[in-house]
Amino acid sequence: MNELVFFFNYVVVAGSVTGSIYAIGAVGVTLVFSIMRFAHFAHADMMTFGAFTVLLLTTAFPGAGAALGLPTAVVMLPLAMLLTAALAVGIDKTFYKPLRAHGVKPIVMVIASLGVTLMLQGLIRLFAGTSGESLYVDDRKEIFRLALPFEGARAPIVVTEPQVILFVLTIVCVVGLHLFLSRSRLGKAMRAMSDNPDLARASGINTNLIVAVTWVIVGALAAIAGTLLSLDVTFKPDLSFFLLLPIFAAAIVGGVGHPYGAIAGGFVVGFAETLAVFNWSVLLRPFHDRLPEWLASADNLAFVGTEYKIVVPFVLLVAILVWRPTGIFKGKVI
Amino acid sequence: MSTQQQQGQHEHREDLVAAPSRFPLREVVLFAILMAAILGVYAAMGAAYSTRMLVEAACYAILALGLTIQWGYAGQFNAGVMGFVALGGYSAMAFSMPVNSEFWASPLSGELGMVVLMALGGVMVVVGASRLHHLGVPRRLRTGLAVALALLFYLLVSARLGVVTEQIESQFGYIGGLGLPPWLGWIVGGALAGMVGYFIGKVCLGLRSDYLAIATLGIAEIIKAVLKNADWLTRGTATVSPLPWPVPGPGEVGFTLARALYFSVTAVMIVAIFLLLTRAYHAPWGRMIRAIRDNEISAAAMGKDINRRRLEIFVLGCILMGIGGAALGSFNGLFDPQGYLPLNHTFLVLVMVILGGPGNNLGTIFGAFAVYIIWVMSEPLALAVLELAITFGEGSFGWDAPTNLDSRALQARVFVIGLLISLVLRFAPKGLLPEKVKHHG
Amino acid sequence: MPLLEARDVYGGYGGMNILNGVNMTLEADQIGVIVGPNGAGKSTMLKAIFGLLVVTQGEILLRGEPIHNLPPHRLVQQGMGFVPQEHNVFPSLTVKENLQMGAFLKPGNVKRMLKQIYDFFPPLYDKRHQPAGELSGGQRQMVAMGRALMAEPSVLLLDEPTAGLSPLYMNEIFEQVKQVNAAGVGILMVEQNAKQALAIADKGFVLAAGQNRFTDTGAALLADPEVARSFLGG
Repeated sequence: MNELVFFFNYVVVAGSVTGSIYAIGAVGVTLVFSIMRFAHFAHADMMTFGAFTVLLLTTAFPGAGAALGLPTAVVMLPLAMLLTAALAVGIDKTFYKPLRAHGVKPIVMVIASLGVTLMLQGLIRLFAGTSGESLYVDDRKEIFRLALPFEGARAPIVVTEPQVILFVLTIVCVVGLHLFLSRSRLGKAMRAMSDNPDLARASGINTNLIVAVTWVIVGALAAIAGTLLSLDVTFKPDLSFFLLLPIFAAAIVGGVGHPYGAIAGGFVVGFAETLAVFNWSVLLRPFHDRLPEWLASADNLAFVGTEYKIVVPFVLLVAILVWRPTGIFKGKVI
Repeated sequence: MSTQQQQGQHEHREDLVAAPSRFPLREVVLFAILMAAILGVYAAMGAAYSTRMLVEAACYAILALGLTIQWGYAGQFNAGVMGFVALGGYSAMAFSMPVNSEFWASPLSGELGMVVLMALGGVMVVVGASRLHHLGVPRRLRTGLAVALALLFYLLVSARLGVVTEQIESQFGYIGGLGLPPWLGWIVGGALAGMVGYFIGKVCLGLRSDYLAIATLGIAEIIKAVLKNADWLTRGTATVSPLPWPVPGPGEVGFTLARALYFSVTAVMIVAIFLLLTRAYHAPWGRMIRAIRDNEISAAAMGKDINRRRLEIFVLGCILMGIGGAALGSFNGLFDPQGYLPLNHTFLVLVMVILGGPGNNLGTIFGAFAVYIIWVMSEPLALAVLELAITFGEGSFGWDAPTNLDSRALQARVFVIGLLISLVLRFAPKGLLPEKVKHHG
Repeated sequence: MPLLEARDVYGGYGGMNILNGVNMTLEADQIGVIVGPNGAGKSTMLKAIFGLLVVTQGEILLRGEPIHNLPPHRLVQQGMGFVPQEHNVFPSLTVKENLQMGAFLKPGNVKRMLKQIYDFFPPLYDKRHQPAGELSGGQRQMVAMGRALMAEPSVLLLDEPTAGLSPLYMNEIFEQVKQVNAAGVGILMVEQNAKQALAIADKGFVLAAGQNRFTDTGAALLADPEVARSFLGG
């Protein structure tokens, strides 16, 4: 029983946490892909920028959250979303739009986004350094322990406050995005442009407006994903490329250009990572006496060590590209 | 009639007009400036320092040539040059370091061999299982069986390997090298990089070019993670040194001469690669590659096996990166997996290529040397600028004075490289020495 | 003043002219039909009018205002609608959403216009919640025309609306084109089925090699033996 609780804490909770973060990140990447048709490599650093903004604001007004009963970082999140959205629109205007107007190949846009990501990286780390920092500047991280009403279940289910916030915000994001894309005029126009940009233009849709709206959403989502990631553990300014791979893998597994696919893909990659580094020998402990010696004596039965975690999204990526390049949800662009 | 075709025809006409043979004024001027800069560095920093810079620049030129044929010839973007460089560096280390006879004499070497045999056996069983459909096994069952067997063998082998390698690490540090001449390691390094490139290319080259960028970025981080954490192979963060050179080392003939000798080796390599590439560029093979890059649809219509040609060029580029990385690794004399950074080993090379002129070998070599000199010389400059910024920052925002100035200076360079990439793409997309596109059909 | 007028238009792709001086006039309530052999520049002319390619010489006027080389969304604002030959619906959007996209610039009119479009094309009402990508070719054509009509254009450009349709659907489309025209929308369309198209045309333009060969009423062109011999297959 305790082993199952352990499994729940270390796989179900941890996998959902990672999955949610990847899902929100992958939605951003997939939206850029569906509207502008290129893989946006600066997304991970936009996430970091969002989280860094939250850190700065939280440091500046450490007491702001207490008034509302929330961690200050969460209270500052909307402001950080706004700033990151502004940054995203600004980056597009300065660096991507001129290239787009020039009609360059998508791969040139990819390189441009790498240039942007290096600039962001350099700036953020110039000010933030490279070591981790907690977003809980003045607040305390609440930890909820839910004791189970079963005989013999001594270990409680453990969920931390940031994890609860994360689940709530993920659901809000997914529902909000769904309503936006299916109900609002701009959301539908985004889908139309993703379907067929030429026809969208011929229908009188102002594609420049749609591009700007996309960047606003992408920036805001990046700020959310980055902040949630930093809330769960700590703010780490040097994650960029380590974050990029699972997020791209999630977007591609789900089907590029497909927001719902990206959410599904995010959870697939998140759980795959968690399951791969989970030490399965824990679950075998109750059967210790009945197992063959070689299996019982193994005290680490994880598929990969945590230091090789990045292999997991890569393997998923390669597998999906080999067997089903359109992804689970049949993405449009390959 | 398609619009693309018409545009294509139009471009061709323009090219015919724009490519008369002329005196290479631009090339001469640029290389003269480069020469002057090198002499300036020699005058300011001394011969030993400057020659080291030249050798490193030469190694980077080999990397840049690898990237320029992928990006310039074929429009493939490799975002993981670092991984191929690191593989080359590892190979140079593994071949040239002396044999660890203690380890080979111990029973652990036999156990390691057993693990390798187990792994090979496992691979064969899995491959066999994946072909079971020839014997009438339903495909779904075959796939399931193959995946299950693969997982099982993977767990068994990795558990066994973990035990053996842990003992190797605690008793001997690492398994040591092969005690062979470094140049053999360079060649094998190229082959290793080519093999990884083949695998990545096979998966990605039929798809949009974005996927290749993502996959190469990923494989580079994975190669680095493996080299960093497989202590029994590489000593990981403990690093391996000193690596032997293919020419007499500084201990025998002094710094300047040893480095000059090393430089002549790399210079010969560059000339050889340059001549080979130039020939290939003008050969039917090169024309085909460029035809595919410029107009994939009509090239496919002409019956050219696009994916095969693409794979060839990608693997070739990776091989060059492996060789260049190996030469660079040997020269450094130190194998430190953590020293491989995307900035130094991927993006710096990218800047060299796009600034020099993608697809133009001469331009790429120029770009490699020019950018590397700026890169090396900017270090003291960046520190000075940073100190100024910090003084200003303290005065205006009360910023805490950072303690680790060096790492901050590194971040400033990250920013500058990023800015440089953006500016070149926007204002000089064809580089300083553009590829001279001729009529080709 | 004519609704749409093209005066001596030259244009093409990447510096190569396909149109070598085309002239056209269309009055407000007319159906104009462009016919001609393959490669004559029929679709190119339509695209030139809708600002999809560069007009190098000559001018195009909408109600006397020059419109050549304006971007498409400006033309939609000025009352022009365009239905491309292929890829003319948003496949993952529902029929209703496709139609709404047509009125992107006039969101206030959506309700009223939707009702009108469903009246014009009754089959669309039943399929309004279905993704347009799942419809048959004829129904897609209706969605495409409906989408363009949502912006209440004064002139509608149709690029081979009957291409690839069965004869049954073809007749239906021609019927609907007449209805739309009767509701006060000028029509300019390119057609391969020249005879049928000219039969409903007030004006016909026979293009060859990027120039006008014959320009007359639809009936007169049908009756002209030379037109019949060279362009209508005898």
